[in-house]
Amino acid sequence: MSSGPVVLERPDLIQRLGQLTLAFVQDTGQLALFTCELLVWLLTHRWRRSVLVSALYQIGYESIPVVITTGGFIGMVMAVQSYDQLRYMHLETNLGAVINISLVKELGPVLAATMLAGRVGCAMAAELGTMKITEQIDALRVLGANPMHYLVVPRFVASVVMVPILTVLADAAGVLGGWFFATRVCGVDGHHYWTHTEEFINWFDLIGGIVKAVFFGGAISIVACQRGFSCKAGAEGVGEAATQAFVYGFVAILVIDFFLGILLNALYPLTGLMTTTFN
Amino acid sequence: MSPEAEAPPILEFHQVHRQFGHQQVLRDVSFTIRRGESVAIIGESGCGKSVTLKLMIGLLSPSTGSVLLDGEPIAGRSEQQLTRERLRFGYVFQQAALFDSLSVADNVAFGLRQNTRLPESEIAVIVQERLREVGLPGSVATKKPAELSGGMRKRVGLARALALAPEIMLYDEPTTGLDPIMSDVINELILQVRARRPITSIVVTHDMVTVGRTVDRVIMLYPISRLGADEPQIIFDGTPAEAFSAPDPRVYQFVHGQAGERLLEMATR
Repeated sequence: MSSGPVVLERPDLIQRLGQLTLAFVQDTGQLALFTCELLVWLLTHRWRRSVLVSALYQIGYESIPVVITTGGFIGMVMAVQSYDQLRYMHLETNLGAVINISLVKELGPVLAATMLAGRVGCAMAAELGTMKITEQIDALRVLGANPMHYLVVPRFVASVVMVPILTVLADAAGVLGGWFFATRVCGVDGHHYWTHTEEFINWFDLIGGIVKAVFFGGAISIVACQRGFSCKAGAEGVGEAATQAFVYGFVAILVIDFFLGILLNALYPLTGLMTTTFN
Repeated sequence: MSPEAEAPPILEFHQVHRQFGHQQVLRDVSFTIRRGESVAIIGESGCGKSVTLKLMIGLLSPSTGSVLLDGEPIAGRSEQQLTRERLRFGYVFQQAALFDSLSVADNVAFGLRQNTRLPESEIAVIVQERLREVGLPGSVATKKPAELSGGMRKRVGLARALALAPEIMLYDEPTTGLDPIMSDVINELILQVRARRPITSIVVTHDMVTVGRTVDRVIMLYPISRLGADEPQIIFDGTPAEAFSAPDPRVYQFVHGQAGERLLEMATR
């Protein structure tokens, strides 16, 4: 006969699954509450201009070199990977269409946002996390400033404004990089390269990519700031917050990309004017 | 009887409990601080001193019980009301908590810019006055907090706390991490602040020199983990002189810095 209660040393699979589900629901709930609070402060209070200018500079201006470099190389890598396959089918003059539509619709926005999730998101989470553990966020409250208003709103606005602009820069750099490699290295005829590009890309593709970037910018800043505000004590806590800001931000970018892709595809037939090509 | 003993209460704790997750930090804590009093809250690390200070200013809420400011509970107030009430406090943080991205002058001016419509010229005058009051030259105004020593950072933190002319000053471990000379400078500044304006001071510390020099009353908290189920967490409430000659061995050992049986106890735990 059993002499006492059974003590489980390790949680079994069902318990572990339950713990993970609870943690996911808790994290999602916290993120939703954080977003609601942010939106209330965003819409009901005047933005602090000095902090916003500083955030625009840090998120936007300081990211330009890395975004252009990445964009340029993505365009060239696309040319390297696509050229041989298209040449095999005697379709190398279509290289422009393949590279540029991929860049403008998907690769430009997603890769620029991924890189910004790393550069900007991690920096935001680490900065706010450090402010939390050194009581600077408490000091803001004591001095009559709301941390959501003072720290999060400017970062959110700056991300929503700058990520689309940086995406356009990444797209442009990618288009130039692809054109350079295709026409100067692979010897594709420049006139046909651009003609095919114009036939396949329309304004809807370009604007769709920018709309995605707006949402990516919002997601990067919300996730990063929320992780920073939830930072645990010590250097390990700051490191964990920065890592989570990137990982959760990256997942958010892919999830948003998936759903916006479905939405934009559904809207595509309804926008007759927008589907006019550039030529 | 001192005039403070007849003054109305400014802060009251009524049966305050506070826990973080499963860890209880404060249990059934009740005390009253009167307007104009200068009180030290002492106790071992982890006994809930800093939590007590944050409950006073509404940075934390009690799990149960109530904290009253001028007879009204702090919990339940709107964020706007809380912000207004917090401006009555000056808070000197343990590690100063200066804003890294701002200069010393911008740190001291932060509360003024945030809460008043004073012109920049007037704010600059107040900043210089406060820096002078804490013994810092005007030349530090343009420096960033990272360029300052620990003692200077603490003094900038004090200048920032004084900028909005608070009624109540809260000091969280004001001398921790400082050399004896700088500790004495901070103690002297705490006395000067009180001498220059009618202010209520609450000092959280385990530095008995600070207690002996700067306050009229001592409240000692004891860690819950070392208390029996029915024992009160406040084990002493009296003057510094009474604290130094307290018959309770727990108080006596703490104020005289005697480990007693503690090392043996730790080794066998």
